[in-house]
Amino acid sequence: MSETTTQIPEEKARIGAPSIPGFTEEGENLSPLNDSASSPLAGASSKSHSHGGGEGVADSSRAGRLTSYNVEDFPKLTGREEDWRFTPLKRIGSLHTAELTGKAPKVELTGSENVTLRTVAADDAIRGNAFTPDDRVSANGWKYADGAQVLTIPANAENTKSVLRITGESLEPAAQHLVIVAEENSEAMVVIDHVGSAVLAQNIEFDVRQGARLRVVSLQAWESDAIHASSQQAVVAKDATFKHIVVTFGGDLVRVNPSARFAGEHAEIELYGLYFADAGQHLEHRLFVDHAVPNCKSNVLYKGALQGKGAHTVWVGDVLIQKAAVGTDSYEANRNLVLTDGTRADSVPNLEIETGLIDGAGHASTTGRFDDEHLFYLMARGIDEKTARRLVVRGFLNEIVQQIGDEQLEERLTETIEEELAATHL
Amino acid sequence: MSTLEIKDLHVSIDTEQGEKEILKGVSLVINTNETHAIMGPNGSGKSTLASTIAGHPRYKVTSGSITLDGADVLEMSVDERAKAGLFLAMQYPVEVPGVTMTNFLRTAKTAIDGEAPKLRTWTKDVKEAMAKLKIDADFAGRNVNEGFSGGEKKRVEILQMELFKPKFSILDETDSGLDVDALKTVSEGVNRAQEENQMGTLLITHYTRILRYIKPDFVHVFVDGRIAEQGGAELADRLEEEGYDRFLNVQA
Ligand SMILES: Nc1ncnc2c1ncn2[C@@H]1O[C@H](COP(=O)(O)OP(=O)(O)OP(=O)(O)O)[C@@H](O)[C@H]1O
Ligand SMILES: [Mg+2]
Repeated sequence: MSETTTQIPEEKARIGAPSIPGFTEEGENLSPLNDSASSPLAGASSKSHSHGGGEGVADSSRAGRLTSYNVEDFPKLTGREEDWRFTPLKRIGSLHTAELTGKAPKVELTGSENVTLRTVAADDAIRGNAFTPDDRVSANGWKYADGAQVLTIPANAENTKSVLRITGESLEPAAQHLVIVAEENSEAMVVIDHVGSAVLAQNIEFDVRQGARLRVVSLQAWESDAIHASSQQAVVAKDATFKHIVVTFGGDLVRVNPSARFAGEHAEIELYGLYFADAGQHLEHRLFVDHAVPNCKSNVLYKGALQGKGAHTVWVGDVLIQKAAVGTDSYEANRNLVLTDGTRADSVPNLEIETGLIDGAGHASTTGRFDDEHLFYLMARGIDEKTARRLVVRGFLNEIVQQIGDEQLEERLTETIEEELAATHL
Repeated sequence: MSTLEIKDLHVSIDTEQGEKEILKGVSLVINTNETHAIMGPNGSGKSTLASTIAGHPRYKVTSGSITLDGADVLEMSVDERAKAGLFLAMQYPVEVPGVTMTNFLRTAKTAIDGEAPKLRTWTKDVKEAMAKLKIDADFAGRNVNEGFSGGEKKRVEILQMELFKPKFSILDETDSGLDVDALKTVSEGVNRAQEENQMGTLLITHYTRILRYIKPDFVHVFVDGRIAEQGGAELADRLEEEGYDRFLNVQA
């Protein structure tokens, strides 16, 4: 069983009481947040070691997941669906039911001059090239998005860097659609920086064309009242590389679903993520890597820290290696660091393999607890309590921060981590 | 000269069945340059004494005192004790996620000295100390104790002792789990620290083997939370031959 829930009870754990030493693999029973008597565990997950598909029911495979441009095709949510069972629907600001006619966050572009931003109508042919809504919220966002903003990195552009600052200015439920096109053989870094307050169903598509190298940082630095559901889909062409780094700190409920599909051989997808959940925050990341063609490589690593009563993180990593995808090399991992009591970390790696002719495929999920014994060890070496905590968290998250490859942004994140830690009440 | 003085120390822990007294009046004086060995049956309270000196919050001192050159150690927080010059090599060193050895050693050294060590000499010191203890260089990049073997963990404790230069070290079964070569390497490390820093040592062990390399000035026999007998190095040999029956019988 590859699913784990680590729930740290609210009472202060007794010192010396059994704890999770360092990072150990574990397989506890997973209880969905949204109660359901009959909902089976993810079929995909139980299939993950069968190396050949097994006899999973159709809708248990990630490949069988409903996608549609029409919101009405998706049944009304109950919270018991496989992909919603950990999400507190009460807190999602009606994004699945409301008319999303609020003011969409402002989009501002800065950076390399050869990268351009334009607005197109909702029915423009460019919209949907690399995107199909895959849940009710993204379909609702598709329906209500008032056109789309299109960012284009021209062919053969070298080393461009752009920042899309997305500023939320209203708590009326809203929809937004962004298209990012990395043309042939371009090389780009795009930072999507979410700030302010919003209740937002957001769809972002990345069209990563042949030979392009696109690095994206999606930073969720929202105010604490923001609600953000973001479906971020990429289609990655032959010889292209797509590196996607999600960083989530802010917001009341944030649910980012990055998915990336190989459309040509010898391409590479890297999905990284870093999240830091405070008291009361729900931060969810569900990703999907679709190996549909041969000889591609993917790597996934998400790391999260949790602190404070009611901090809840969810990580679901679906990796599908289709029958045609011979020569695939794939790995996914999620690591969580629990800093205080009263938190909950759900972690579900699902690996589906439909061909035996692969170079490698693996998954890992660990949840470790920074506990009193760690603290004692560090303090017994002269390190004060604050520094000890900082040392552990910074060290843990640094592996992702380093992936960003932009000094200014890395510094900002390091500062944010410090602020998060300073806010810890223990 | 420094003195670590433990006076009539009583220590309890909270258990599910209520409070349980583990140390029942321990008195011990350790001076600079002295080596005291503590031997005693399992569960007699040796680690409790060590952890209490280091300030582990699990142990409650109900009466008695610990002073370092007259300063009240029991009033100090755990990190203050380390800064005051106390070092505990733990029986079960803890794995700390997320923190590399390099980062950890530098942070601890900075905390203990009150200033950052000079980068160039520090890196060299660490490298040399690791080499002397036969610790592979790539341990520097690994997380503290994470995945280290039992013996490797013990060696890394001694590495810290050499680098932090404490006034007093408490070595809690540092010899357990070491192979014959490692035992020698580790003992040499302790002897170096004693020579170079006039370190006083409290050495908790079950075996006389290590006492061939590290000569104790005093041997204390720990039984049921008390020191039942004290003597010189020869007492250790006698214990090895006779075991603890004589003390346990007296008790019964
Ligand atoms: N949580 C606990 N509940 C009950 N008893 C405990 C608890 N923790 C420690 N003890 C007891 O305290 C006593 C002293 O333990 P301590 O670890 O100090 O012994 P020790 O002399 O170091 O033994 P060893 O030689 O095996 O290392 C033991 O009897 C142990 O079982
Ligand atoms: Mg012990």
